[in-house]
Amino acid sequence: MAKATNERRVISVIVMNESSVLARVTALFAGRGYNIESLTVAPIPESDMSHITIATNGSTKVMEQITKQLHKLIPVYKVIEHEEMVEKEMVLVKFPVEESLSDIQVLCMAYNGGIANVGPNMVIGMVADEPCRVQHFLEAAQRYNPIEIVRGGVVAIER
Amino acid sequence: MQMSGAQMVCEAIIAEGVKTVFGYPGGAIMHVYDEIYKQEGFEHILNRHEQASVHAADGYARATGEVGVAMVTSGPGFTNAVTGLATAYMDSIPLVVISGQVPSQLIGTDGFQEIDAVGISRPCTKHNFLVRSLEELPRLLKEAFYIARSGRPGPVLVDVPKDITVDIGEFIYPDSVDIPSYKPTYKGNKRQIDKAVEAIKSAKKPLLYIGGGVVLSNASDLVRELVEKTQIPAVETLMARGVLGAKNPLLLGMLGMHGNYSSNMAMSETDLVISLGARFDDRVTGKLSEFAKYADIIHVDIDASNIGKLVDVDYPIVGDITEVVEKMLPALDDVDTDRYQAWREILKRYDDLHPQSYVDSDEVIKPQWAIERLGELVGEDAIITSDVGQHQMWAAQHYPFDRPRQWINSGGLGTMGFGFPAALGAKRAFPDKTVINITGDGSILMNMQELVTAAEYKIPVINVILNNHFLGMVRQWQTFFYEKRYSETDLSFQPNFKALAEACGGIGYDVTTKAEFDAALKDAIKQDKVCFMNVQTNRFEDVLPMVPSGGALFNMMLPQKEAK
Repeated sequence: MAKATNERRVISVIVMNESSVLARVTALFAGRGYNIESLTVAPIPESDMSHITIATNGSTKVMEQITKQLHKLIPVYKVIEHEEMVEKEMVLVKFPVEESLSDIQVLCMAYNGGIANVGPNMVIGMVADEPCRVQHFLEAAQRYNPIEIVRGGVVAIER
Repeated sequence: MQMSGAQMVCEAIIAEGVKTVFGYPGGAIMHVYDEIYKQEGFEHILNRHEQASVHAADGYARATGEVGVAMVTSGPGFTNAVTGLATAYMDSIPLVVISGQVPSQLIGTDGFQEIDAVGISRPCTKHNFLVRSLEELPRLLKEAFYIARSGRPGPVLVDVPKDITVDIGEFIYPDSVDIPSYKPTYKGNKRQIDKAVEAIKSAKKPLLYIGGGVVLSNASDLVRELVEKTQIPAVETLMARGVLGAKNPLLLGMLGMHGNYSSNMAMSETDLVISLGARFDDRVTGKLSEFAKYADIIHVDIDASNIGKLVDVDYPIVGDITEVVEKMLPALDDVDTDRYQAWREILKRYDDLHPQSYVDSDEVIKPQWAIERLGELVGEDAIITSDVGQHQMWAAQHYPFDRPRQWINSGGLGTMGFGFPAALGAKRAFPDKTVINITGDGSILMNMQELVTAAEYKIPVINVILNNHFLGMVRQWQTFFYEKRYSETDLSFQPNFKALAEACGGIGYDVTTKAEFDAALKDAIKQDKVCFMNVQTNRFEDVLPMVPSGGALFNMMLPQKEAK
């Protein structure tokens, strides 16, 4: 039982694409004391709906409540608690131009990415991979003195 | 047909069949009030505070089962309405509240009387809308009424910017609503219902746990039939008083913190809880780990999020009580009622051992006596509202409620000041019924301005103030748990309630003896004016039994037995 507590879970919430729907979802998490680890949202092409992906954690009972409470919101069309999923997260990292461009490129390529931009003072690397791999990448990137890191939050799709 | 947004609001209210709207005008909603002035489809009652408007619409909704409507202006008008929204939300009462908002182009500029109404009301409404354009106004109004009354009912706020009430456009009120993301579940799962029926047939000590959902679903007759057919004993929550009727031999009483002995013992010893429209509130369950410890649980609820929220459920059934019980009844034709005979006898012995009781007095009016006397004098004919505190619990314990919607109180939020305006709403819906607000000397002052409303519109509700010169419930906790340090609960300094009522155009009665109580009530019923019955009771009466907060249901503080 203790093992089941605070398990990381990813939920997809399909919502009507209308004003303040994101506020309703996030306010529900805040009001009921649920945790949000990451959140992404974008419209679903050729529909009047949006796809919200939330990474959260909690016991089985809490997860069940989160799912049910989300479903109770009027503009929520569907809630998917992911079991068998493909999960990806994007991250952008800005490095000083003094660091080795080829090293950074190889590192980014190892994590399904590459160099996104090179300017007079900086290099921007981009990686899109599973969240745990993104974490490994960020640890490896530390030696190149990153100036700024922006994580995109996970998106997931059920297999 | 071409009309202004303000006219559309009025037309929608008329189309929904609403006969009475409660509200208070102001800058942002003036165009709507201008249309109210011109129309004849519904009456408008001007309360003297927006909170009272929402409570009055709430009382109207609880008494009738229809959607109640309140109207307020932007800013402070809306914020005053928030307690009313939250009260209705916690008890699942269908309301549509229409609030004015500053003109669209001023939203977000901190304009005069601007406040983010949809932001503030999000956690205390079932849903809310900020109207963005005149084109969507008719649809949103229709959806508001639909969402309020369907599924698990609740309050819906429609926030209308002033410019939209002025603009003129085509009004076509939709006949139906289709929200792809909102499809309430009414039919319970057949297989789950069959399993639950089998569990009932094989249980030895089943117990029906009846909640406010039965009232909301108008399923009382079906639930009475279920009890009659199965001969299974039943307990009611605070919100379900009246469902089975006080005379029903299988009704043990109310359970929970101030439940009676046999009800709480039944819940502690049952082997099968059949929960119909109840939500295992902490005031009902006491210590969760000891609650119905030996029982399997059938939980029927229209709101899936109620099921498994607090207790683990063995037979979850998501659906409307009416539809589920209709399916259960024929499957229980062959139920063996003798099977539960031993259980009924155990509970009968519990009730004989510690019946709901109090020690009466010849010198002073005991609050419990006053409630019982009300029951004897007006009984099943009256509609009883209440405020929040000791008087509310005594009313729930001692009044002989005989039908659903006879008992109107703020159970979930526990809003002091609810009873008087709610009584106005109930009386407006049922002008021929005697409507009595059972209140205390603390609660009544929280919406006493409604004396003026009641006097102006000749809404003769009777406020029975059980006056113990204390915030009694808090005082009781201080006696039990705070070593009698009566911090800020002594209400010895009081208004002259009789004169107060008279100053506002009502009638006041000072009552100190039982004879005066009878005389005042009999006189009040005949009057066409609102009244205050200021009933002096003993100061230190406690609501008993009591399960101390967080304790197990079977650990009750019981009333003294009368000296023989």
